[in-house]
Amino acid sequence: MSWFEAFAAKFHQCFVQDGRFANFMLSGLKVTLQITFSAAIISISLGSFLAIVRVTHDKNIAAMYPGSKRIALKAFNQLCKLCITVVRGIPMVVQLMIWFFVVFAASRNALGIAILAFGINSAVYTAEIVRAGIMSVDHGQTEAGRSLGLGYVHTMRFIILPQAFKNVLPALCNEFIVLLKDTAVVGYIALCDLTRGAYLIAGRTYEPFLPLVAAALIYLAMVIVLSKLFGKLERRLRTSDSH
Amino acid sequence: MIRIEGLHKSFGKLEVLKGITEHIHPSEKVVVIGASGSGKSTLLRCLNLLEMPTSGRIFIHGEEITGGRHDVNMLRRKMGMVFQLFNLFPNYDALGNVTLAPIKLLNMPKSAAEDLGMHMLEKVGLTDKAHEFPSRLSGGQKQRVAIARALAMNPEIMLFDEPTSALDPEMVGEVLAVMAGLAAEGMTMVIVSHEMAFAREVADRVFFMDDGVVLEQGKPDEVFSHPREARTQEFLARVRK
Ligand SMILES: Nc1ncnc2c1ncn2[C@@H]1O[C@H](COP(=O)(O)OP(=O)(O)OP(=O)(O)O)[C@@H](O)[C@H]1O
Ligand SMILES: [Mg+2]
Repeated sequence: MSWFEAFAAKFHQCFVQDGRFANFMLSGLKVTLQITFSAAIISISLGSFLAIVRVTHDKNIAAMYPGSKRIALKAFNQLCKLCITVVRGIPMVVQLMIWFFVVFAASRNALGIAILAFGINSAVYTAEIVRAGIMSVDHGQTEAGRSLGLGYVHTMRFIILPQAFKNVLPALCNEFIVLLKDTAVVGYIALCDLTRGAYLIAGRTYEPFLPLVAAALIYLAMVIVLSKLFGKLERRLRTSDSH
Repeated sequence: MIRIEGLHKSFGKLEVLKGITEHIHPSEKVVVIGASGSGKSTLLRCLNLLEMPTSGRIFIHGEEITGGRHDVNMLRRKMGMVFQLFNLFPNYDALGNVTLAPIKLLNMPKSAAEDLGMHMLEKVGLTDKAHEFPSRLSGGQKQRVAIARALAMNPEIMLFDEPTSALDPEMVGEVLAVMAGLAAEGMTMVIVSHEMAFAREVADRVFFMDDGVVLEQGKPDEVFSHPREARTQEFLARVRK
């Protein structure tokens, strides 16, 4: 048997026989993408929220008069800081298992739990990225907005945040790449993602090489597409430049 | 129109404004001069509460704005401010800069706001730049857009903090011309500026600030040509050099 015939046979065994590529890899890919996209949405919303609380505290607390509002903001800020410290200090796999086996031990909705766990974990990194972005916007922008009579929320939403996001787009892209690849550990809570799919094929066929390389290539392709998308977005936003 | 009573402002231990009591009348143009660090910007920023006065009271139309009872955002709609470094919003084009506040605050439909915005840009001679982003405007054009932006909220008072000192000399004239036009329309204006010729032409009164107080004030001719205080004479001699 020539080398090529041997390869073709292995290829057939790993991917074609019993519809293994579709059943394991493609369905796994679907799970990977579902978790990544949903978690990214949580990450960006929760992360921005955490960042805004932190920035609002740091920028305004000194000028605030004593009172219940001030106490509430201080407490809220401490809470956000605590969340960031705790989540950042625990390995992703451990967090995932705690959510699945401890907090939601009664639930069997592994997909939902994975989305939550990855979303929250990624959010604390996004929070620090967005916070840096907000801090990088010149204070004169806030003053110009406020001097027109725009409130704090309007100024944030229409003036500061758009510039902040533009400034941190490369860092956000990085964070989403990490998120995508981090999802490879969901096998720990019995979800069959792309990595798990490849692993299962390897186990059935005793051929680890092809399925693992295939999984690696698919991850690589997704990361390349993601960076391209972010690059495009960055160029589109560059039409406007800071003075 | 603006009454300032015993205004003090400290940043931590540093006392920047040390008791200012002044009355600025409707349609009056006041030019504020003084050495760097004398508190000119701080005075201006206290007027629209970008800085909270440490003590003292400020009244607009007889209504007290200090003391925390007053709606700060409503106050600022009536008071336009122009900054030394323009502070245009880089994520909006010139027209977008001008229409942002009317759209968000006055709930103006976009088309009406754009009509208003074009009218404001016409006032500063920049209708042809309506769709340029700030990064593609010259310093003088940026500052004129900033003036149009402030005017779009139809303010009763305009505050200018060294509007021409970040500009190349050849662009100073175009900005001062817009300001002179505004003055001729009867706008109440408080202007921090060291443009003596402009001050002579436009100002009703000149304030000379020194170390947190208005040390000397009067008609531009009096202050510039016959300053009474030694500190004023020193300062004028320095800036004329
Ligand atoms: N936010 C702030 N925190 C601490 N100190 C400040 C702050 N703003 C201004 N100061 C200080 O207050 C003093 C007066 O500042 P201000 O900006 O009012 O001076 P100015 O007369 O406008 O000077 P310039 O001509 O340089 O603009 C300066 O010593 C400055 O360092
Ligand atoms: Mg100043």
